[in-house]
Amino acid sequence: MTTAPETSRRQKREAAEASNNKSSARRNGNGTKRTNRAKSEARLGWLIAGPAFFIMLAVTAYPIAQAIYDSLFSFRLTSPDDRSFVFLQNYMTILSDTEVFWSALGVTVLVTVVTVAVELVLGFGLALVMHKALLRIRGALRTAILVPYGIITVVSAFAWYYMFDINSGFVNNWFGWVPGIDSDLDWFANFGTAITVIMASEIWKTTPFIALLLLAGLAQVPDELVEAAKVDGASWRQQMTRVILPNMKAAIMVAVLFRALDAFRIFDNVFIMTNGAAGTEVLSLLAYRTSIGRLEIGLGSAVSVILFICVLLICLIAIKFFKVDLASGTDAKGGK
Amino acid sequence: MGESQGSPRRGRTVRAAGTALAAAILLSGCSDSEGPPVLTWYINPDDGGQAALAQLCTEESEGAYSIQTSLLPADAPSQREQLARRLAANDASLDIMSLDPPFIPELAEPGFLAPVPDEVAERTTEDTLEGALAGAMWNDELVTVPFWANTQLLWYRESVVEEAGLDMDEPITWEQVIDTALEQEKLLGVQGIRAESMTVWLNALVESQDESILANPEAPAAELQTNLDSEVGSRAAEVISMIGSEGLAGPGVASMDENQSMLLFQGDEGSFMVNWPFVWAATNASAEEGVVDAGLVDDIGWAQYPRVDADTASAPPLGGINLGVGADSENQELAFEAIECIVAPENQTEYFITNGNPPSSEAAYDDPALEDDYPMADAIREALDNAAPRPQTPFYNEISTAIQQEFTPISGVSAEQTPTQTDAFIVEVLRGERLL
Repeated sequence: MTTAPETSRRQKREAAEASNNKSSARRNGNGTKRTNRAKSEARLGWLIAGPAFFIMLAVTAYPIAQAIYDSLFSFRLTSPDDRSFVFLQNYMTILSDTEVFWSALGVTVLVTVVTVAVELVLGFGLALVMHKALLRIRGALRTAILVPYGIITVVSAFAWYYMFDINSGFVNNWFGWVPGIDSDLDWFANFGTAITVIMASEIWKTTPFIALLLLAGLAQVPDELVEAAKVDGASWRQQMTRVILPNMKAAIMVAVLFRALDAFRIFDNVFIMTNGAAGTEVLSLLAYRTSIGRLEIGLGSAVSVILFICVLLICLIAIKFFKVDLASGTDAKGGK
Repeated sequence: MGESQGSPRRGRTVRAAGTALAAAILLSGCSDSEGPPVLTWYINPDDGGQAALAQLCTEESEGAYSIQTSLLPADAPSQREQLARRLAANDASLDIMSLDPPFIPELAEPGFLAPVPDEVAERTTEDTLEGALAGAMWNDELVTVPFWANTQLLWYRESVVEEAGLDMDEPITWEQVIDTALEQEKLLGVQGIRAESMTVWLNALVESQDESILANPEAPAAELQTNLDSEVGSRAAEVISMIGSEGLAGPGVASMDENQSMLLFQGDEGSFMVNWPFVWAATNASAEEGVVDAGLVDDIGWAQYPRVDADTASAPPLGGINLGVGADSENQELAFEAIECIVAPENQTEYFITNGNPPSSEAAYDDPALEDDYPMADAIREALDNAAPRPQTPFYNEISTAIQQEFTPISGVSAEQTPTQTDAFIVEVLRGERLL
């Protein structure tokens, strides 16, 4: 048991430490010497975060810098002697190519917008089901919903490809009663059908991810608020639009941002199912084909840099205009 | 307390022992072993024939070298990608490489391949079939050693040609093939997928008119001239367009590769097919397993690749594998010694019988054992003599990819527009004016 004098002594000590910290902070603010404790804390911080920081620098910043540097050259891997500095010529070539680059960008944006929108609706539904599910089946239900997300994308892409393939697939047979579907339908021969299968596969695979993020958001909505709304006679729709969704805004925006960044870099499904045929080429595939297929390191790096800039733009738009707060609820916000 | 002091000491002892053990293992791995030099042979996937040859030649070398195989990806463009990256990075492990002929100029031009010694060239090419030899050259020099050579035949169903009244001992034209399929409402086995097989088909159609896709294949990228925007290109496109627009290759033509076209040919609607000789062994195996009707094999015949002009001999596609040695290999002399063993005519014959890949050496066809397994061996030899390689240029990949993009799906090919568009596309890509 703590006695009253001990409590008083401890309070005094804590008050003195707080005062000491404040004055230390003021001194730091004025550019004066930091205390030994602050120094050792900073050193400890570097010791803990430093290795991760330098590894991140080595594996992300260095390749990005190398790609930017390479993109300024005309450089083909199989003719190393002909390497020459062309400055922004590669970017000019790419940006002036309406048939390949702008078409690939258009398809990428289409896939991003459609898949994220559909996944958000489906994911929210699944999150509600998981949230409301009976305690007895909650674990099994969450596991079942997460199974598609646990499958490697290449594997799921092959599964979807073989399902719809005109030679080996069963979809034409099973869904022959649907108008427009018959045994002669080659899903991967036309843009409309091919991109539909690609997006369906993408949605099936990653909806659980969004559902999981939204479930975390749902769990953060205080039950008292919902109860209070119910007591006030709010309908289900009103509870959703006035109480639950506004309180989940941060979680929804984080889910949208993460999935949008992921969807914009779509590669596996297109690579496996069409390899860009029938007008389904996307930016990542274009970068791959240029760098790896054509061995045009300069031009391919420029495509990759443009892809990177697009991803940065999505982040910027989300953070600046939609006020997505990635540090919400963490100490990175100063504990607020 | 004593325990807490004792633990780090014991930990240090264990760590020191562990480090010493790890160092010993690593050093023993790095040190030169007592055995013969190990040659690494990068092989394309097959039915185990190359691994068996590696074993055989290792034994025959009597300790001079040992060959270990390393498997490359399944398709030729992916094999090229991996080898080019390794060669550009000065990988010294590329002692022997199985190379697809169209990609050889791209690797030979920057000096990635070790020159073939004159005496090796002489010994390994003295009876090489003409088409196969052409595919092993770059700038009039032998840069690889021909191993096996592939070509396509026209496969047909006896029942179909009988009903059509065609004399298959006489040369057949694409027009006859198409007309017969239309009359009998049958399907044709062609490769309409957006892949290397599309270029194979178009090149054969152009070469069968005594022309080539490139006018000056050895020129630098910016100066390359294409021949597709011509009467020859139009006629080639007309054949493809006719098959595509009439739906003669079935509804699944956009995803039809060599294997799928074989399955179509084996079905009830099969009539004619252009394909590599692997289909013979595969169809026989299917018949033995009961996957296809046992009588199907007797209904299959073969002839030379169809002509475009009735009066001009066809130029069938050329495929196969040549063997090259990496310029950075530390065992070049031994590698060429091993290659001489691998491509010996008797080994080529054995490889044909066991793996279905035809020899590039004329002498290898003399073995009477071939007749039992491959009754069409003579037709293959004749086709290989007439076969024409695809454009031999360091920029083959660009040209082939452009053709694949423009000529697929084949239902959209226009005899008037597609060759012109492809020509312009190739030139713009090679000049760096647009993406591919």
